[in-house]
Amino acid sequence: MTATADSHAGGEVGQARLRKEDARLIAGRTRWTDNMSLPGMMHMAILRSPLAHARINRIDTSEARSMSGVEAVVTGADVADDQGSLPCAWPITEDMKSPNAPSLAVDEVNFAGEAVAVVVARSAAEAHDALEAIEIDYEELPVVLDMSSAMTEGSDLVHPDLGTNASATWVFDSAEAGTGGSADEALAGAEVTVHRTFRQQRLIPAFMEPRSILVDPTGEQTTMWSATQVPHILRLMLAMTTGVDEHKIRVIAPDVGGGFGGKLQVTPEEVITFLVARKLGKPVKYTESRSESFTSAHHGRDQIQKLSLAANRDGTVTGLKVELLADMGAYLRLVTPGVPILGAFMFNAIYKIPAYHFSCTNVFTNKVPTDAYRGAGRPEATFAIERMMDELAAELGMDPLEVRERNWIKHDEFPYTTVSTLTYDSGNYEAATARARELFGYDALRAEQAERRRRGDTVQLGIGVSTFTEMCGLAPSRVLGALSYGAGGWEHGAVRMLPTGKVEVITGSSPHGQGHETAWSQIVADRLGVGFDDVEVLHGDTQSSHKGLDTYGSRSLTVGAMAVVQAADKVIAKARKIAAHMLECAEDDVEFSGGRFTVRGTDTSTSIQEIALAVFAAHDLPDGVEPSLDSEATFDPENFSFPHGTHLCATEVDTETGRVRLRSYVAVDDVGNVVNPMIVEGQVQGGLAQGIAQALFEEAVYDETGTLTSGTLADYLVPSAADLPSFTTDRTETPSTTNALGVKGVGEAGTIASTPAVVNSVVDAVRHMGVQDIEMPCTPMRVWRAIHGGAR
Amino acid sequence: MIPAAFDYEAPSTIDEAVRALAEADDEVKILAGGQSLLPVLRMRLAAPAKLIDLGRIGELRGVRSDGDMLVIGAMTSHYDVQRDPLLNEHAKLLVMATDTVADPQVRHRGTFGGSLAHADPAGDLLAPALALDAEMVIAGPRGRRTVPAAEFFVDYFTTAVGEDELLCEIRVPKYTGWHAHYEKFNRVAQAWSIVGVAAAVRTDGHMIAEARVGLTNMASVPVRARGVEQALVGQEATPEAIRAAAEHALDGTSPTTDGNADVAYREHLAKVLTSRAVSAAATS
Repeated sequence: MTATADSHAGGEVGQARLRKEDARLIAGRTRWTDNMSLPGMMHMAILRSPLAHARINRIDTSEARSMSGVEAVVTGADVADDQGSLPCAWPITEDMKSPNAPSLAVDEVNFAGEAVAVVVARSAAEAHDALEAIEIDYEELPVVLDMSSAMTEGSDLVHPDLGTNASATWVFDSAEAGTGGSADEALAGAEVTVHRTFRQQRLIPAFMEPRSILVDPTGEQTTMWSATQVPHILRLMLAMTTGVDEHKIRVIAPDVGGGFGGKLQVTPEEVITFLVARKLGKPVKYTESRSESFTSAHHGRDQIQKLSLAANRDGTVTGLKVELLADMGAYLRLVTPGVPILGAFMFNAIYKIPAYHFSCTNVFTNKVPTDAYRGAGRPEATFAIERMMDELAAELGMDPLEVRERNWIKHDEFPYTTVSTLTYDSGNYEAATARARELFGYDALRAEQAERRRRGDTVQLGIGVSTFTEMCGLAPSRVLGALSYGAGGWEHGAVRMLPTGKVEVITGSSPHGQGHETAWSQIVADRLGVGFDDVEVLHGDTQSSHKGLDTYGSRSLTVGAMAVVQAADKVIAKARKIAAHMLECAEDDVEFSGGRFTVRGTDTSTSIQEIALAVFAAHDLPDGVEPSLDSEATFDPENFSFPHGTHLCATEVDTETGRVRLRSYVAVDDVGNVVNPMIVEGQVQGGLAQGIAQALFEEAVYDETGTLTSGTLADYLVPSAADLPSFTTDRTETPSTTNALGVKGVGEAGTIASTPAVVNSVVDAVRHMGVQDIEMPCTPMRVWRAIHGGAR
Repeated sequence: MIPAAFDYEAPSTIDEAVRALAEADDEVKILAGGQSLLPVLRMRLAAPAKLIDLGRIGELRGVRSDGDMLVIGAMTSHYDVQRDPLLNEHAKLLVMATDTVADPQVRHRGTFGGSLAHADPAGDLLAPALALDAEMVIAGPRGRRTVPAAEFFVDYFTTAVGEDELLCEIRVPKYTGWHAHYEKFNRVAQAWSIVGVAAAVRTDGHMIAEARVGLTNMASVPVRARGVEQALVGQEATPEAIRAAAEHALDGTSPTTDGNADVAYREHLAKVLTSRAVSAAATS
């Protein structure tokens, strides 16, 4: 491993510190939104459409209004003038079609689960009772569920006023961009071509804490507590959507129990609660049930991926063509259209592909809107290319690792600008792969696989490979601008020295389980030379952390912590000036180390804590120096970061039943320098579980009426520890060269890498039985059918 | 979610419970461990006017020996079933099936009788009870009656227990010295069975002298695989003989299709799992 001196200099960074936030989070004795209540608080419950597509002819709320404890019943018509249209911040093309997106349906519903009316009552029980008394006369409309048939001539339309089910088509072509040749020409002239169509099933983020919102409209500002990943974006969007002045809104994300992208949203529920509380002039709380969460919070993935790969007989890839259909669901939420576009830059992955064509058509259906879900676009792309590399290897009779090595960027070729225009700053795919291969016992497992095949064992062994990279640290603002995204990608941070020498760190990142409080404390403790416990990290409140772009896309450490580092450096610079004054020497003669400012070559020194107190007193400061030891900084990254790694998975497939058992899993990740190895380990392990879940277990299923049949955790199979093996994890450390910390981000790595590793392994186990692909999730029935013939 | 309002009563004897059932004029539900009922209430799939909680009736808990029978109180928790020495000695099949039920929290709250009375065909305890010729003792206003397992399970979520009755005991013959195995097939550890097979065999040397086999989730009720049993008796416990016997596993089944398995796959699984369950039992 290589590590920069910078990252380990002060002793805190690099330590596997227990997380300071865990005691309260694990015990649940903390400020979850639903744990809070305010004097006079009302409870809101939401009536949701049972139908996927219908006109609302009439809503009768009279009986519900007269029920015990009911304060108000509100329908879409009541808020039609105030609710605006829910925001979509990513118009990927100039001609993108986007329907009006009311928070509370007014005259039609477009997915089962859409909010239609709300009851506000003195207790949650009374609110739920009254929901059942609301009568709605629906007129059913044709339901559009399948993306492919939605794109055929004469299909029923989700939004007839748009005239089409296609929202937009986004295209990249390396020949046109001047970054490579023509993929079509490469395919036409190829020695070998491989064509596959993969389906990225629809997934449900299934965060542990359901969404919860509390709005207090009393006082000059309306305050919203919400279990959100994005309090800053939420405040801005609430203002823009409802017309309420931004400075009259305060948003607080208190402790938030997970998100996985599912809480990267401005939700109908937030807008409704906000409007209803303001209308009533009373605090109102809404907390969803798990079932509501499944049928109304945004889903993830859901793409059909058609890939064509051109290669030479020696395994060198000569071109790649990708044609996607991406299911938007019924509306475009915050970043819905952009999710598949993020993937466009990742299909070429770690490989030197000389010709690349990408196109994606976004399609409306009468289903829950899709949006960001752990990895957002990058897992889809990584899955597809890693599956294709295995298919190419099989086609050529080569080892899948050998095919990859023939194509990947070598460690001495960085920085490397790819065919899809990104510049990878660093990486060492050889090192990660060599380590993974060794830990996995690759050659011995290949031998066992051959032996089992020879014997015709009931249980066959498969080996799956995934050599992945991802673009993290979202994002350079200028790049987002070029992609028509509605905001920048900077982050804000501040460091405040208190008179007693304690430190408050303010971050625009908004943790929801990642461990920012611990990691930022470690970084700042080293930087300022103060104790780990002397640092408090404040976040998630637009009043205290007034500026920020929140947490998603593995951006917190690479962008958010960098802002904090820069703020800390400003504090040090100012303290140095004051130290020179106090020590009666020139500023250049002051050295700073371990929290002490020392006159060079002497033992005369003062501590940063002493300076903090002196600044507070302000009795004797240098001329022109303000009495404050606070600084802030806003960091806009120059480039993405590019974590990578090699994951190897061994599965045992019971050919009689189709059951897949994970036998071993090795993950060697390179996330650059590591601030806290235990946090990294936790992210990798959780990420692996989530990626494996896509490969084997989870799927949001709709029936032909548009009803979500996987509507509870009994039907939507989130695996537990009992379903997963002990993972073998290790790291190589190739520091990022685009930020001073040398970090790359780790929030999504495990999820992105593991799905193709597992599916490649399952297919590999039964390839000799004539299987070339198995649709995800690889359920026992699908695997059994793949082996024994018949449709999937 | 929040259930609709209901009245609640917690009698302390079986007689009191029977009286409470008789006196309730509105729709009433019996609350045993609540592991199936509470989700139904919370999702408002049912809104009974009253719940009668059996949780405080001490005489409904525990396992005792009665001659050549075991008597299991209906409110005996799964956790207690797993650890009961009598059951481990004389009805290991019930213990093995219970080991596969849900997770530790559920096994502490959920009850043996509650699971049988709920009669979910995917529940894991029905087929073992049927295979072992258990008898259900039902208490009601007209006293007690005993119903054999074969007549107890009527349809999906429907048993012989009348509206004014409750299941109070399960009587199981002692299968001392028998070998057992419960083969559960599901997609994640804490899910219901897609198919399950309960097998108990008495061996005489290498010979299978007697066999009991029950299938989970292959019909609206648990299915006794008598064809398999008959084909096994008198056979050497060889893989070939067991596989041949398992070919009879579909007798009397009428499986359905759901998201995890269609009919053909369920039928295939039933045969494979029957073979595996019997093999595991015979070689244990």
